This record gives sequence, C-alpha cells and structure tokens, in this order.
Amino acid sequence: MNGTLKFVQGNEACVEGALYAGLKFFAGYPITPSTEIAESLAYRLPQIGGKFIQMEDEIGSMCAIIGASLTGSKVMTATSGPGFSLMQEALGYAIMAEIPCVIANVQRGGPSTGLATRGAQGDVMQSRWGTHGDHAIVVMTASNNQDVFNITIEAFNVAETYRTPVILLFDEVMGHTRERLIVPEKDEIPLVERLRTSVKGGVDYHPYLPREDGRLPMSDFGGVHRYNVTGLYHDMWGFPSENPAVVDGLIHHLTDKIRNNVHTITQYKEYFIEDARTILISYGSTARSALHHVLNRRKRGEYIGLLELQTLWPFHGDLIREKCKNAELVVVTEMNLGQLYRQVKIAVDHPERVFLANRVDGVFITPTDIKNMLRLIQGRGV
Amino acid sequence: MERCRLVFSGSGGQGVITAAVILAEAAVLHEGLIATQSQSYGPEARGGATRSDVIISESDIYFPKVTQPNVLVCLTQEAYNKFYTITRPGGILIVDNHYVTTSRKVDAMQRELPIYERVMTEIGKPIVLNICMLGAVIGITRLVKPESIMKTLQSRINPDFFEINQKALDIGMDMVKDYAMP
Repeated sequence: MNGTLKFVQGNEACVEGALYAGLKFFAGYPITPSTEIAESLAYRLPQIGGKFIQMEDEIGSMCAIIGASLTGSKVMTATSGPGFSLMQEALGYAIMAEIPCVIANVQRGGPSTGLATRGAQGDVMQSRWGTHGDHAIVVMTASNNQDVFNITIEAFNVAETYRTPVILLFDEVMGHTRERLIVPEKDEIPLVERLRTSVKGGVDYHPYLPREDGRLPMSDFGGVHRYNVTGLYHDMWGFPSENPAVVDGLIHHLTDKIRNNVHTITQYKEYFIEDARTILISYGSTARSALHHVLNRRKRGEYIGLLELQTLWPFHGDLIREKCKNAELVVVTEMNLGQLYRQVKIAVDHPERVFLANRVDGVFITPTDIKNMLRLIQGRGV
Repeated sequence: MERCRLVFSGSGGQGVITAAVILAEAAVLHEGLIATQSQSYGPEARGGATRSDVIISESDIYFPKVTQPNVLVCLTQEAYNKFYTITRPGGILIVDNHYVTTSRKVDAMQRELPIYERVMTEIGKPIVLNICMLGAVIGITRLVKPESIMKTLQSRINPDFFEINQKALDIGMDMVKDYAMP
C-alpha cells in the first residue's frame, strides 16, 4: 500500500482516519484515555480550515457537534466512560433528529471515574442502550492502528449514509499503544459525502421526507431553507406530532434503517474459523491477545480459530450462529463481566457451549490468561 | 534478532516513556522493523511508578505488552524492587547506580551503570538522562543504529538541544562498549 508511514498511538490513528474521512469540526472535553484525540485535533483542524472547540463539558460537546453537523460539516467528539454517560441525552436527540455524527469512546475502567489510566471494555451495553427509548445504534471497534484508521473512516461513511450517530468504542490499550500506521494516498479509500437536497431555495423542502431509497437529503442549516429540528416525534416537515401513524412510522424508520442493513454495516475478521473446534470471539484490544493465543495453538496443531467483531451493534446474530455452528466450544474474550458473551449465547444454536474468558481488574488480558481459562473451561486444569 | 522485548521503568518525569517511544519509532521509521510501544502509569502528572513496554520484531506483533523482558531498565529503587524479578532468564538488567542499589543477582547480564553520574559530570543537565540510558541499551543490544535514534530525535526536539542529546547517546554507548552483544 502506498502512503505515509507513521508511528503513532491508536488515538492518533483515529485522528488520521477522521481527517481522511473529511472531519471539519470537533468539540470535546479532554479525558483520559481519549485526550490525545482532542490534543491532536486542536493542532490539526485549524491547519485545514476546520474548527476545534474545547467545550465546558461533554453535554456541551455533544450538542455542539450536533449543531455543526446540521450546518453541513462532518463532525466528531471523543471521550471516555464518565463523559460518555453525560452525552447520552444528546445522543438520543441525534438519533431522533437523524443527525450524522461520530463519537469516539476510548473506554477505561468504570463505573464512575473508575480506573482513569487502565483499559476496560465495560461500555458495550452502555453504547447500545445508554440513551433512553427504543432505538438503533451503530457501534464499531478495531484492534490495531491500521484497522482503527479504516474503521474510523467507515464510521463517518455509515453516519452519512444512514444519518445516524456512530460510536467508535475503543479502549485504553488501543488508544495508547503506539505502532505503525500507513496513511493511504487521498482517494484510495472511498468516502461517503453528505447527501444534500436538490430542492431550491424558496421551494418547499421536507427535511424528514425520505427518498424512494429511504435516504433523507439534508439542507445545510442556516442556508436557503428554514426548517424545524426536534427531539419530539415529528412529521415530514420536522414539526412535533402525536399522530399515532406518524409516531409508529418514525420509530420503525429509525430502527429499521439500521436493522435492515445489518449485513452491509457489519464488519468482522476471521482467522482459521473453517475447521475450528474452539472458536474465540473477541473485539478491540482483547482480540490481539486472542489472536496471539490462536496463532500459538495453531502451530501446535490445535483446531482453534478467532472471530474478531468490528461492528458490535447492530449485533449480527445470524453471522455468529453461522460461524459457530460446528464449534464444540465458543469462548467470548472481553474485558468486562460478559456483556457481549450474553449476546453470543442468545445467538448460537448451542448456548451451553458458550463460555466467557475475561479479566476486569484493570490489567490487560494476556494470551497466557486466555490459555489458562481455556484449560479450565475444557476441564484440563491449569 | 527475531523479537526483542524491553521494559523501561522509573519515575514519572525521568523520560522513560519518551525513551521508549524514540526507540520504537526509530525501529519502525528508520529501520523498517515492526514495533509496538505501550505504557502504564498512574493518574499523577509527575512522580509515581512509570513503566513502558517496547517490542521490536521482524514479524507482526499482536499482544503489545511485555511479561518477561529481554531487556529491563530500572531508573529508580522502587521500579527495581517492583520489576527486577520479571527479567527473562539470559536477558539483560540495566540499573542506574545513583538511584538503585541492587539487592540480588538475577539470571541475566546485570549492569549497574553510572548513567546519572556521567550525565551530570559531562553534560550537567539531567534532562538527557533517558537518552544516555537509550545509548547504553542500543550499545549492548544493537537493536537500532545510533543514527536512527538521532534522526528520530531530530524530528522531535528543538535544534538547540540536539548536541547534548548526541553527547548523551554517545556517553551511554561508551559506558557499555565492553559489553556489546555480538
């Protein structure tokens, strides 16, 4: 691959991806372990005519990117668990008002301020259900710098395509590990640009009237059209409505646009799944330890494989079931008390074959930890 | 060299993380190697035990942390007490003899080096202590060429400090010239 070779942290790989995707506006409130994203963008965005604002808190940050997105910019904020909690209300607003935006949550140990400088993956369910009400959401992650770069671009593409917030769920280990990154030449990776309405100024524009393909063309707020944006259930003009048909139609539109496209949205990587009797399922930094273990064991002739999920939500249950249908053992490896594990159990044909190999003490799970837990699960002793 | 795992440990502010970043960056950008660098630190801005892990390899690295380092460097007594036992058998343990009094022999090449002392007498600025330490590390291991370290430094530091960094690196290498690995 042609491009610029860099040696950077995962957080900086995320920044490179965001800038490559066309990020123009960032509002945030620095918090460990996500700070380098804000720090780096504070320097980089002004160089390309973009805007960086350090806000008073995470509530303000989320609201600022929503406003900026409506005016036509690609936008992003970055935070960690405590800040992500504060963003939940406005996140729901962005879902309801269908405003494209990207939120990076570089996870640390929780709940509350928890473990500021240690890795964890405890926000998997918060990213799914943190904001209230029935809704759909897209949550993506990655396990190495090149993938962090690519998935960040994908997050912007998905946000624009479906007019939805997309959450990048990284963690401290990924955010702070430095390794190689190759930033490809411009135009090597396809970008999805904002779909703008062709309706001229002075002509009626319906901000929430989908085209035939279901997409909603936007009009830059403050431009030629005046329209209403609200967190209330709304009609095609964007005005509040309690008409049951409108409410029913909108809630299904909001959830179906993501759910019906789970095949297109879902990204994953697989290693030796075909003949694997034991399948590890992992994501984010934890997938690195899992892959290390799988490669070691393959060398010894064990039939073990790894399914690395990059899209956590929408959860592609059919994919999990299909990949695990011949496995004698499915072991979910994550740094929480089993948040994805329970989803996998629901998805597979034989839930009794699904086990959890985890660690929640702030220490990054090692390949040896995984080996030992597998031996316990298999009844072989440590 | 197939794979070398290093741990630099000390106190926040001594520059152990910076030294680790410079070494790994030099390996990736100027020697075409694969490397990862990660760190572990507490919530403090200064002080507190700091540790940085570097892996330099010819093949892909998945697990980025180090459990048994081929090379362990300890720049404080606290770091030495905490970490000396993890040195890989047959590896290298480097301590600064101003900050650390060793209490045991490990199953490794153990070197108590006058890093602080020589930096203070020959340069007079403790700020380059970490680069001097790096000189000792590459002097023994030959992991990367000194020019690669200097090229990396050039892109990161004020030109006014270039010369004392070069000098610190040279002192570090000079300190271990009798121990260099083949």
